[in-house]
Amino acid sequence: MPFNIVVVSALSYVAFLFIVAFVVERRAERGAAGWLRSPLVYTLSLSVYCTAWTFYGAVGYAARSGLEFLTIYLGPTLIFVGWWWLLRKLVRIGRQQRVTSIADLISNRYGKSNLLGVIVTLLCVVAATPYIALQLQSVTLSFGAFVTDAPEGFLPDRNATAIWVAGGLALFTVLFGTRNLDANERHTGVVTAIAVEAVVKLVALVAVGVFVVWGLAGGPGDIMARINASPIADWDLQPSRWAGLTFLSAAAVVTLPRMFQVLVVENADERHLATASWAFPLYLFAMSLFVVPIAVVGLERMPAGANPDLFVLTLPLSEGQGGLAMLAFLGGFSSATSMVIVAAIALATMVSNHIVMPLWLRLRPGPAVSGDVRRLVLAARRLSIAAVLGLGYAYYRLSGGSSALASIGLIAFVGVAQILPAMIGGLFWRGATRLGAAAGLTLGAAVWVYSLFLPSFGPDAVLSATMMAEGPFGIGWLRPQALFGAEGMDPLIHATFWSLVLNLAAFLGVSLVSFPGPVERAQGAAFVNAFDADAAPGGWSRGQAEPEALLVMAQRILGDEAAQGLFEAEARAQGKAGILPDPTSGFVAGLERRLAGSVGAATAHAMISQIAGRAAVSVEDLMAVADEAAQIMEYSARLEAREAEITRTARQLREANEKLTQLSVQKDAFLSQISHELRTPMTSIRAFSEILRDGEAGPEETARYSGIIHAEAIRLTRLLDDLLDLSVLENGTVQLNLDLVSLREMIDGALMAAAHTRPERSFTIHRDPPTEEIFLRTDGDRLKQVFINLISNARKYCDAVHPELRIAVRQRGGRVMVDFIDNGGGIPKDKQDLIFEKFARLTDQTRAGGAGLGLSICREVMANLGGSVGYLPGQGGAAFRVTLPLRLEKAA
Amino acid sequence: MTARRPLFLAPAPYRRRRLRDAARLLPLAGAFLFLLPILWAPRAGGGSATGTDGLYLFGVWGVLIAAAAWIAGRLRGAEPATGDEED
Repeated sequence: MPFNIVVVSALSYVAFLFIVAFVVERRAERGAAGWLRSPLVYTLSLSVYCTAWTFYGAVGYAARSGLEFLTIYLGPTLIFVGWWWLLRKLVRIGRQQRVTSIADLISNRYGKSNLLGVIVTLLCVVAATPYIALQLQSVTLSFGAFVTDAPEGFLPDRNATAIWVAGGLALFTVLFGTRNLDANERHTGVVTAIAVEAVVKLVALVAVGVFVVWGLAGGPGDIMARINASPIADWDLQPSRWAGLTFLSAAAVVTLPRMFQVLVVENADERHLATASWAFPLYLFAMSLFVVPIAVVGLERMPAGANPDLFVLTLPLSEGQGGLAMLAFLGGFSSATSMVIVAAIALATMVSNHIVMPLWLRLRPGPAVSGDVRRLVLAARRLSIAAVLGLGYAYYRLSGGSSALASIGLIAFVGVAQILPAMIGGLFWRGATRLGAAAGLTLGAAVWVYSLFLPSFGPDAVLSATMMAEGPFGIGWLRPQALFGAEGMDPLIHATFWSLVLNLAAFLGVSLVSFPGPVERAQGAAFVNAFDADAAPGGWSRGQAEPEALLVMAQRILGDEAAQGLFEAEARAQGKAGILPDPTSGFVAGLERRLAGSVGAATAHAMISQIAGRAAVSVEDLMAVADEAAQIMEYSARLEAREAEITRTARQLREANEKLTQLSVQKDAFLSQISHELRTPMTSIRAFSEILRDGEAGPEETARYSGIIHAEAIRLTRLLDDLLDLSVLENGTVQLNLDLVSLREMIDGALMAAAHTRPERSFTIHRDPPTEEIFLRTDGDRLKQVFINLISNARKYCDAVHPELRIAVRQRGGRVMVDFIDNGGGIPKDKQDLIFEKFARLTDQTRAGGAGLGLSICREVMANLGGSVGYLPGQGGAAFRVTLPLRLEKAA
Repeated sequence: MTARRPLFLAPAPYRRRRLRDAARLLPLAGAFLFLLPILWAPRAGGGSATGTDGLYLFGVWGVLIAAAAWIAGRLRGAEPATGDEED
């Protein structure tokens, strides 16, 4: 096949995939994904399980080991057929917790521990790197086998091919794999491109198979005869390998990062799983149906020494079927590229979420999340993709594209299978702990590296041949491929057996003796009871998180629009105006899950912790999880009680504060008033006494000035008397002279005494004498003082032309009410509260002539007499009501 | 929780429960049938059985796929009515 045609075909195929991905992304953005999210596309995308290793390698595998290659497909078949056991729960949890990768799943389950995330990430990277190298190798191999007449100077250099392929894949993956952050916004474009590739590789393999069975052989019957006659029929079924590989492939189909990516993370609808449960096994069935016939016919027809791994390509080529060979080439190309793309996305997500982001958070502590985290995460992810592919390429270069790569598929399976105990245990056993998972994973990975991964490089590559044969330091039972004296086992099965046994033992043992933390227990319950309604406790205490800080952080990860939309919706649901909702426990937990969909559970948890403080899950909360209803009721009752208490305390504080403020204002007013009141008479006394001292005044004037000084001195004395009186009254130390007094006599006396006040005015007094015939037991002098004050006030301030004063007495219960009502203008409403304050005067001082202490004294007197005096509004003039008990008992 | 569930079920939910049991049992049956070739006596000589072994395995595989498709169809049809309760 001419070099140019191959290159042009491959390039146009790649361009086609770009266009598919691009158009689909466009449609998905417009919300018109439609059938693109059908179960069919989901099932086809699962075909990333079938890599170039299976596309080309299965035929080679069959040529070497007969039907054993089937185990690689039988395990996944069992898992998918049994979806009700495991896959359904896995997908449900993946959606509930917004899991972004398998490392995220493990870290999330075990208390959002980043340590576990890092362990799983490293394990996956180590296992996947050679696998990616294998894909590059298969593309370069097929390219080398396909191109026969490379033009001079254009000899397809293997390394050049590999680097072009790796670069192109990196570009595609970065373009379509990192368009968005949130795991819930799926990579629709990539998934659809993968589905297209799945169709291409299936069609290619089936086409080659049909050509072999009906073109080269004489139909199914003839093929059966040829199979039984071929060297393939000599294979022996090794029970341990048969069972072991079936188990291994079953484990790998859920633990391989790329499978987890398409199976759980890219799952758009849980119901698609029901379709995939039979459709994916059907796909595998079709993929493997023609493997043995191709191998048999290839062995028959191809020259001895031909690489059976390339029969799918070389058989049609040698039969002169250029078009079919091209299809096969594209099929193999599809297998390799789809695996690399998905693996790169999955690994990059893990690396950026579990290694880069935690490092970044560690280096920049504090809640001041500055800069665009979203861009940072995307950049980290893009760099990780490039790094993963770079690692794969480097591995390919270092291993020299040798046959050492051939077995790497199964070696990777054993590596990722180490995640299985922690995963299954976490999904079904609440007793699984973080320490147990870490111990199991570490030990299993170590055994895998020691007994399978390092020896796979060949003797003396990493482990010396003597060490392989005699064990480290001559310790025989530690020989890498005969651990604990298990000699004669197949190396792969040996490593699988020991790594998983030790892994499981460490996981179970450490889990049994360790005690999980609160978050861990909450997550354990949420995972194991994933099918119950949201059973996890909220986890964040209310009110610690500042909603604004949360919004700032969410904007930096989800983008402004999405974050604001999320907050606004929550605020509306809470019945609040504006964009900031109350940071309720449920809201913060939901936000954390949403963020976890972008940066992984551990990072999201750490970021929220920076703002909201420590997660407030206590062991008490967890114990209440057992009965959800009781827990919710208990929680809300506790919340209500606390809230009521806080409200009460706040109200009391507010009142106390108001009173204090008022008192302070009163004190200031009192001081300034009193100085003013003292100063005015003092000033005139001083001025007139100075005149008298200088002897400049005549006798007439001297008499007048002395009179003024005398009057002012009296006024001062009266003021001081009043103040003294008031202070005594206020302190409650006043001595009361209780006696039986007649109310009528007292009113008579008061009217008479008050007559001095503005004697020029004639008042009409209205009284109802019969009602006044009441004898009170009280301090008569004090009460009369109050009456005099009230009547004088009326005389002073009533502004009517014909002033009238009505005195009404009523008796109700054990109390007597005496009303003093005039027909003046009254007191404006806003001043009514003020008049009883000290020095309160409504009009100017000259007219009043008093210090403004009268009503204050009245109030204090009445308080001492066990009664009160108040302003009575709505009586057609100024009206005061004096209330007092009929019989005042001496205070005890 | 268990105490509040009814002890006996009407025929339709009963059938759905058994359908789920079937879905759970299917992989066990599959595993048994796929591992069965281990028990077959090694052939004395002449590997004439490879073709037949292959036919057997593909046959089991096909039956599993068909059974899974049937169960999945029934389970999905019943799903909206039952909700999401486990067990």
